[in-house]
Amino acid sequence: MNRGIAITGMGLISSIGNNVEENLTSLTSNKTGISRITQINTVHKNDIMVGEISQTNDMLEKQLGLAPNSYSRTPLLGIIAAKEAISQAGIDNIKDCRTGLISGTTVGGMDKAEQYFYDYYESDEHWNHINGLHAGDSTQKIADAIGLAESFVTTISTACSSSANAIMLGARMIKAGELDRVIVGGSDCLSKFTINGFKTLMILSDTYNTPFDEHRKGLNLGEAAAFLVLESDEIVSRENKKVLAYVKGYGNANDAFHQTASSENGDGAVLAMEKAFKVAGLKPSDIDYINAHGTATPNNDLSEGRSLLRIFDNNVPEFSSTKAFTGHTLAAAGSVEAIYSVLAIQNNIIYPNIGFKTPMSEFDLVPETALKHKEINTVLSNSFGFGGNCSTLIFTKEA
Amino acid sequence: MSNLKLELKEKIIEQLNLEDVSVDEIADNDPLFGDGLGLDSIDALELIVMLDKDYGIKLADPKEGRKIFESIDTMAAYISANKA
Amino acid sequence: MKKEVYINSIGSVSVQKTFDSTQFLEDIVTYNDTTLKVVDPNYKEYIPPAAARRMAKGIKMSAVSSKNAMKEAGLQNVDAIIVGTGLGCLGDSEKFVSDIIKNDEQYLTPTRFIQSSHNTVAGSIALDMGCKGHNFTYVNASISFESSLWDAKLQLQANEATHILVGGVDEMVDHHVDTHRFIGHVKDKPVTMEEVLSSNTKGAVIGEGSHFFVLSNKKGKSTYSKLTSIGIYNTLEKDKIADVITGFLKDNELSVQDLDGVILGNNGDVEYDHFYTNLCSSIFDNTPQLVFKHLSGEYDTATGFGFWLANKIFKTGEVPKIVKLNDKNITEPKRLLLYNQYRGRNHSLVLLEKC
Repeated sequence: MNRGIAITGMGLISSIGNNVEENLTSLTSNKTGISRITQINTVHKNDIMVGEISQTNDMLEKQLGLAPNSYSRTPLLGIIAAKEAISQAGIDNIKDCRTGLISGTTVGGMDKAEQYFYDYYESDEHWNHINGLHAGDSTQKIADAIGLAESFVTTISTACSSSANAIMLGARMIKAGELDRVIVGGSDCLSKFTINGFKTLMILSDTYNTPFDEHRKGLNLGEAAAFLVLESDEIVSRENKKVLAYVKGYGNANDAFHQTASSENGDGAVLAMEKAFKVAGLKPSDIDYINAHGTATPNNDLSEGRSLLRIFDNNVPEFSSTKAFTGHTLAAAGSVEAIYSVLAIQNNIIYPNIGFKTPMSEFDLVPETALKHKEINTVLSNSFGFGGNCSTLIFTKEA
Repeated sequence: MSNLKLELKEKIIEQLNLEDVSVDEIADNDPLFGDGLGLDSIDALELIVMLDKDYGIKLADPKEGRKIFESIDTMAAYISANKA
Repeated sequence: MKKEVYINSIGSVSVQKTFDSTQFLEDIVTYNDTTLKVVDPNYKEYIPPAAARRMAKGIKMSAVSSKNAMKEAGLQNVDAIIVGTGLGCLGDSEKFVSDIIKNDEQYLTPTRFIQSSHNTVAGSIALDMGCKGHNFTYVNASISFESSLWDAKLQLQANEATHILVGGVDEMVDHHVDTHRFIGHVKDKPVTMEEVLSSNTKGAVIGEGSHFFVLSNKKGKSTYSKLTSIGIYNTLEKDKIADVITGFLKDNELSVQDLDGVILGNNGDVEYDHFYTNLCSSIFDNTPQLVFKHLSGEYDTATGFGFWLANKIFKTGEVPKIVKLNDKNITEPKRLLLYNQYRGRNHSLVLLEKC
């Protein structure tokens, strides 16, 4: 009845690694990806820190065999991650069953739009980027790059929960028998647009972000792309596939409290987690590790912390936020952390919430601060976003 | 001081798009947030930008705004004391 | 056992006077232009001034169309809100970008950034309604609205929700129009409503609009139609479209003869309208053919207008002359198929039935 949906492939590029393996190495060796920004010339460069992927667009385009300045950084990162996921899933022919692609993005091609906004009027040199402003354009480019045609391809943009919702929709599509296989995830690159946007909200930290710490100063923006391959039981058994883990539960709810802030007691988060438990047929005591949203903003960590205390009845299992490693990768965060959740299950580890020193005054919640080895069967991952969007995913070792 | 207060009222109405509010309707000691003018946390961020842009006063922590933006009186006093 | 999916109410703000639900394209707004703005309803009747002051146009339009849809369905709240939008509240996004450039990243204010999140419409409707349910926003060009319909259908069929508010919204914004005119997506010269579909020139006339519908798995007093099936295809080869459509109908145990009409997305772009004209002269040769983009303008969620049109036809049993492409008449509309694509990409099929 509550059978999970099989995950058979994963691909990921972030500031702590160009593939899944490199990300795992950084996570298990306390190596943060947070640094000063080098690739965007912003006036705020000395006031902020970011999780920037070290490869330049030129390098990414070279790797993909594209001419320089062909695409926005969002699809470039997305293509790299999606290809890794497909390769890990051992897919030779993407058209051998009903395959779909669901991607999440908030920035889309804004990196190029902000660069050439007025140049477009002066010369036709960069007109190739005009249509890239459509968020869906990045998804289309990923679909083309992986050879997906005549297929269900769509894009979700629910701010910082976008790719968590992409995973959720993908799982629902397979469950309903509408697709046999679906590549789900998201991609967002750094841009002046988001740097300045979050700056206006005064929630950017000027130093390393420290989730769930009393003295946290806000978030570091990051960039990443992460995709997972979900396949139906029929495909898994037909091809005798290795299953990495299962998407067991999912829940989406709206906080309906404020345009950008979370409610004081995390009502939306509680509802999302409750729904996910119901879909999974699990109870809070089944959870071995929580990968929290934990952005390190004053508001999120307080609201999320309270929601965890409510759901777990003051008995919160081991938890940590990995945003101190990657920064907040916006639309990609949900799928980045979905992959970290699967890696936690595969390797029986819990990641440290680096930077944490002092518990928050409002409650007695202490995240894991050192790498911990423990049998992990079930992981809960939260992703919240503007517009009150709250999403929870539950991953399991067994179906 | 009274000029500054009038100026602040005009700026708040314009900056925050308070189309249906006139300068006369805002008393100097009316609360700007909550039950008074009904401003919210996003308006507070807008007002922080106004302080920076028009009066050269930078606030690093949005929480500092709460006391400053209590009323036109408190805003005017803060600006007079801290103006660059 | 899958549940049925009913369209129980409609709400529209468009280039035509569609916000008045008692009318059905009786008083047509004509034009001679390349861009079209919506006929503004009296927003103040729908939105309190304190709420309106920060609202982007897309949110305002959607406040009206969603409230009209909710009112007609007789509902105060829904189980889910799902919105499709190609570009979100683009006007504010573009202003924020130009402020970044003009002010060299200084003195920027949060409101425009907040409105730039693609999900700001879905979020603000939820906030206004106090709806804590599932809240999704799809942003995939011309299948944004269809993705939303698909999501709603999945939930209603599985009885995970009873009532879902589904919509599509896009704004017409100057910078976007200018730049897309550079690359030939927007017509160079003004064209009239009467001539746009036979203009034989490149590009489209750009419009805007917001359409909301309550979809339920229970029939209501105001039920318009039943959503039977949806198809979404990121690409389709020109020569295969007819086969895909007949295959889609066959999956629903139907043939082209079972259709009482097709609603097509012709927009008068000489480079791409052949996707429709080829069908009109082949499989749909004997089918009543209807069009709507000369009335709505082209935008990513223009199919919301097409969906509105289909439902109006079911409800009234009438087909306004202005939407007829051929001389075949629809006597009693029982089953309508919508087919749309944009610039050869993002094809969609939506099948509606009278109930």
